[in-house]
Amino acid sequence: MSAIVVRDLTRRFGKFVAVDHVSFDVREGEIFGFLGSNGAGKSTTIRMLCGLLRPTSGTATVGGADVGTDPEGVKTRIGYMSQRFSLYEKLTVDQNIRFYAGLYGISGERFDQRRAFVLEMAGLRGREDMFARDLPGGWRQRLALGCAILHEPPILFLDEPTGGVDPVSRREFWRLIDRLSGSGVTVLVTTHYLDEAEYCHRIAIIHAGRLAALGSSRELKQLFASRPIVEIHTSRAVEAMRALEGMPEVEKSSLFGTAVHAVLSGPEVGPETVSAWLGRHGHEVSAIDRVQPSLEDVFLDVVEKAGRA
Amino acid sequence: MRKAIAVGRKEFRQIARDRRTLAIMLLVPVGFLLLFGYALNFDVKNVSMAVQDRDNSSESRALVSAFLNSGYFRFAGTVHGDQELHRLMDRGRAILVLVIPENTGRAIRRGEVAPVQVILDGLDSTTGVAVLGYSLSVVRSVSNRLLLEQGAPVPGVPPVAVEPRIWYNPELRSALFLVPGLIGFIGMITAAVSTALSVVREKERGTWEQVRMAPINTISYIVGKTIPYLGLSIVSSMGIVLAAMVLFDLPMRGSWLALLLATTLFLLAALGMGLLVSTIAESQLVAFQIVLILAFLPTFLLSGFIFPIQNMPVVIQAITYAVPARYFLVALRGIVLKGVGLGAFWVQLAALVAFAVVVLGLASARLARERG
Repeated sequence: MSAIVVRDLTRRFGKFVAVDHVSFDVREGEIFGFLGSNGAGKSTTIRMLCGLLRPTSGTATVGGADVGTDPEGVKTRIGYMSQRFSLYEKLTVDQNIRFYAGLYGISGERFDQRRAFVLEMAGLRGREDMFARDLPGGWRQRLALGCAILHEPPILFLDEPTGGVDPVSRREFWRLIDRLSGSGVTVLVTTHYLDEAEYCHRIAIIHAGRLAALGSSRELKQLFASRPIVEIHTSRAVEAMRALEGMPEVEKSSLFGTAVHAVLSGPEVGPETVSAWLGRHGHEVSAIDRVQPSLEDVFLDVVEKAGRA
Repeated sequence: MRKAIAVGRKEFRQIARDRRTLAIMLLVPVGFLLLFGYALNFDVKNVSMAVQDRDNSSESRALVSAFLNSGYFRFAGTVHGDQELHRLMDRGRAILVLVIPENTGRAIRRGEVAPVQVILDGLDSTTGVAVLGYSLSVVRSVSNRLLLEQGAPVPGVPPVAVEPRIWYNPELRSALFLVPGLIGFIGMITAAVSTALSVVREKERGTWEQVRMAPINTISYIVGKTIPYLGLSIVSSMGIVLAAMVLFDLPMRGSWLALLLATTLFLLAALGMGLLVSTIAESQLVAFQIVLILAFLPTFLLSGFIFPIQNMPVVIQAITYAVPARYFLVALRGIVLKGVGLGAFWVQLAALVAFAVVVLGLASARLARERG
């Protein structure tokens, strides 16, 4: 059963095509990652799926409601949380919860119960009267999440939900998302952090308005099944990359921190070949190892290929 | 409706927490009232006046004392020669010099026309015109009295027949004209500025987007969002009327209910304007600038607050029809100063209703259209 069904979804702004015939399905209870550089069309897609923006063509149903014809129906089925943790700074934790509950028409016994749940989940019990402004980043983030799921939406949209939050809080946040997914909530999340994408069951990479790749992290990494990646540590990484450009067995290379990742043309090419080539070009290699492809490798590869096409 | 109440309650709590908004809505009005009430005063009093009495007769002394007893003039000294006269005027020590030539007394006693000279500092034309008016009326009343004393019949037309052209009748203190205008002006600030800023602030903070993701219709949201500001602006406006009654002896001759109704309609129009601006502006700074141009300046310059509309060029007069304060001021001055009932202002009230409907309608349409 699919919670979100997207078919040929397209949005134009004048002549500019922000989203170009995108199609995918998100299964119920799935954590679905949406990856793309800024301006790739992520936000436009999310805004259409939330019923805020009308598609130029194509269709999308969210929880069974059509975003083009029944945007209000969509709104009752979704929760939304953005990178800005849209809380009212000058209201207290409790007042923020009350406001969002009011917007969704939650009252009486259900309100008490949902309020207790949110306070518990966000770890804000005893801090009900603190002003949202005074909360540390991680708590604000969890309160924003709590306000977004007060009305128990079956589908949750998270738009870059972990910006500006410390690593411990990020980990805690993803634990919460995992728990929600376990209880059947479908989560569609956009993120810049490629390590976070690993938490997603499946990942869609969007580039220039088009869906460039879709699959689980493991499936996506199959892109490199026949193309090993070696990580090279050398004192002059940038010059080494330039030297590798001339090597026929190296498909491409990119900078990874202080190291260089080189994609080799086939499984028969060994690290020692690369090491020898670099040695001949005056680069001393302090370490070279075959490494598993990361999502960053995948992302760069997909985006580059999509850009070439 | 319950959602609108939730929005309203939240907005009210936010305002209560937000010192800046509260200050704009409650302190600025009082500040403006004091500033305008005391500083922006077109009444002319204590005009420094010098006297060159070359006649020194009982008639000439009567004229001088009539000037000084009128309450408008303050004696700044006696002048003996032209040089001294020039020095006093040049240094601004005297705004007016009354020159009484020799033989004035004798001429009066003979029943002849006796010219006296009034030299006036005309740099500040408003003051100049007013002072001229006062001088003429003093001279006229002295002339009349002298004629009476001589047993001469008072002619139908006074000996010096000049009607002073003074904008603001000296009998009526200018504060009385300014305060109603001030209420309109302050209403514009509190209602339009604070409404515009409150929506744009939500846009800046991202809560706007969050709210739009929720199943609440535009009308409920607008109602919930504007009612706290409407309430506060009404309280603020009524506070100004009360303060003006205490501080400036503003009479409240009409009914409070009529005042409340007219004020509410005007504030609705102002709120609608603020809301409309907030649908255009993306930042608080831009919103403030637009409100300044669309609401602030027209209310100040084109509403009849300070500058009479009938003195404006026809083109400018046409523009004033789009300024809601124009209608409000007519109704307000009528209610507060003349004690006239609402029936006399139904045209103005209808214009305010029309304005409010148009701007609120436009704002709702723009808000609803943001989708797609």
